[in-house]
Amino acid sequence: MHYAPAPLHIPDGFLNLVVSLIFWALTIAAVGIAISKTNKSLGEKQVPLMGIMAAFIFAAQMLNFPVAGGTSGHFLGGALAAIVLGPWAGILVMTAVISVQALLFQDGGLLVMGANIFDMGVLTAMIGFGLYRMVSASANKTLKLAVAGVAAWLSTVAAALLTALQLWISGTSSLQIVMPAMLGVHVLIGIGEALITVAALAFIMQARPDLLEAGKVAEKGGRGWIAAGLVVSLIAVLLSPFASGDPDGLERVAENLGFLEFGLDAPYTILPDYTIPFLGETALSTIVAGVVGALVVLGLMVVVGGMLKKQNAR
Amino acid sequence: MHADAFDRYYAAESTLHRLDPRIKVVVTVLFILSNALLLDGAWAAFGLGWIFLLLANSASNLGVDFTFRRSFIALPFMLVAVSAIFAPSGQPLAEWRVFGISLVPTDVGVIRFGSILLRTWLSVQAGILLVAVTQFPDLIHAFEHLRVPAVLTTIIAFLYRYLFVLTDEVLRLLRARDSRSAAIPGQKSGRSVFWRAQIAGHMAGQLFLRSYERSDRIYNAMLARGYTGQMRTLRAHVMRRRDWLVLSVSILALLFVQLIGRIG
Repeated sequence: MHYAPAPLHIPDGFLNLVVSLIFWALTIAAVGIAISKTNKSLGEKQVPLMGIMAAFIFAAQMLNFPVAGGTSGHFLGGALAAIVLGPWAGILVMTAVISVQALLFQDGGLLVMGANIFDMGVLTAMIGFGLYRMVSASANKTLKLAVAGVAAWLSTVAAALLTALQLWISGTSSLQIVMPAMLGVHVLIGIGEALITVAALAFIMQARPDLLEAGKVAEKGGRGWIAAGLVVSLIAVLLSPFASGDPDGLERVAENLGFLEFGLDAPYTILPDYTIPFLGETALSTIVAGVVGALVVLGLMVVVGGMLKKQNAR
Repeated sequence: MHADAFDRYYAAESTLHRLDPRIKVVVTVLFILSNALLLDGAWAAFGLGWIFLLLANSASNLGVDFTFRRSFIALPFMLVAVSAIFAPSGQPLAEWRVFGISLVPTDVGVIRFGSILLRTWLSVQAGILLVAVTQFPDLIHAFEHLRVPAVLTTIIAFLYRYLFVLTDEVLRLLRARDSRSAAIPGQKSGRSVFWRAQIAGHMAGQLFLRSYERSDRIYNAMLARGYTGQMRTLRAHVMRRRDWLVLSVSILALLFVQLIGRIG
């Protein structure tokens, strides 16, 4: 048996450089914080635990169940990892999984890996853990499982939504086609994901209730995650029907806001005079504009992270 | 399941195999970056990039068409890019009516689609070649040298090590499910889809707990052997003159590709 996953992640060449670099910056910031957070809570145990859990996600993706007509449902696992291990550990685990998928199986590119990790690791952790954290202290098990199911479904759909937007901003796909297609497929995949996540969580609650104690969950991520999860979920919920039902509308809004032009020719508008005579005006200015954009985003993340840290210390 | 099911390394004696893994990683990333920087329709430069790839292939002693034969795994995702053909800017080439929707391919759109296809196809091949000529532990070590946080690279190294173990665990779970699920050929067996999903979910939960507890045991075993949070390797990677030479020649070649892409 030669393991070959169906390529589902964005490959190299599909996103333009500015989009790739911006999402790399966001991902590097998130992973950096995640490393220091889990290091603090787990110490040297961090490496074996995260490594095995990443292998778990990888192996669990082989679990399938027959649906109908020869197709089968698969498990992605990001939401479950974020709920049980906590958001920071979830981000690290998904980062490791996506890196290996890209490096070893060419499932997803290297330059666009930042975007892939953000879509499937960071966003999933925000929605998965954020929504679950809302009810983690509740004694009602059914409520907790229901919220976990919704979170798993929504994180799948939100990842598809963001991927479609990235492809569109990069000029790879037209919105009218990619948005309904991506959302349509992932609304269905998300149902399978939700069912498996709920069943797995119910099993863990039964067998190892200590892992999901309210106090332990609160330790892994503060109340800030609830806000983050709610905001991201709300955006996804509001944007999805609008984007799939009226993609032209979204395109028009983006055009009116000048957002589309930013995406398509950002390098020229941010640094209009930046030219190197013998290379032409695109190669270096693209890189520099991308780096500037990435640094701005990174700086923003550091400031926000610092503020959050202070808030936590108080 | 055989232990090599996840291994993508092809053992051979070649210049590329002997090259320092850092150089291989850096040149691969530069090659992908170079593809991303080429403008739409810079066909000559894409062709040069392909020649660069073919030369690398032949330097690997695995056959000139080695990566080509394996490059079709990225094809399914190409469907996503097909809609680029209908980019609104540019001259319309034709008008097709499909299910009552009129689709207008434009010249800009077709050029764009072709370029995306080429970029992806070249980049995927570079990645295939990289893992074919570099052992995974060496690859991880190279990333560590390139300042990727050691925690992350070690987690990835762990993932790779226990992938085989946990996959075996999954196969055992699947085999157990199969042997519990007797069915008469031609007759519907099992209950609703929800029930089946629940069974799969319980298997995922079971696998999670087994993995979680295994990580505890592994950690204790590591502690007992003097683990301090650092992983060590016996293979000291030292850059030699040949490595620097390959790096500089590759960078010059990629700069040349870019130059052709701008002029042509």
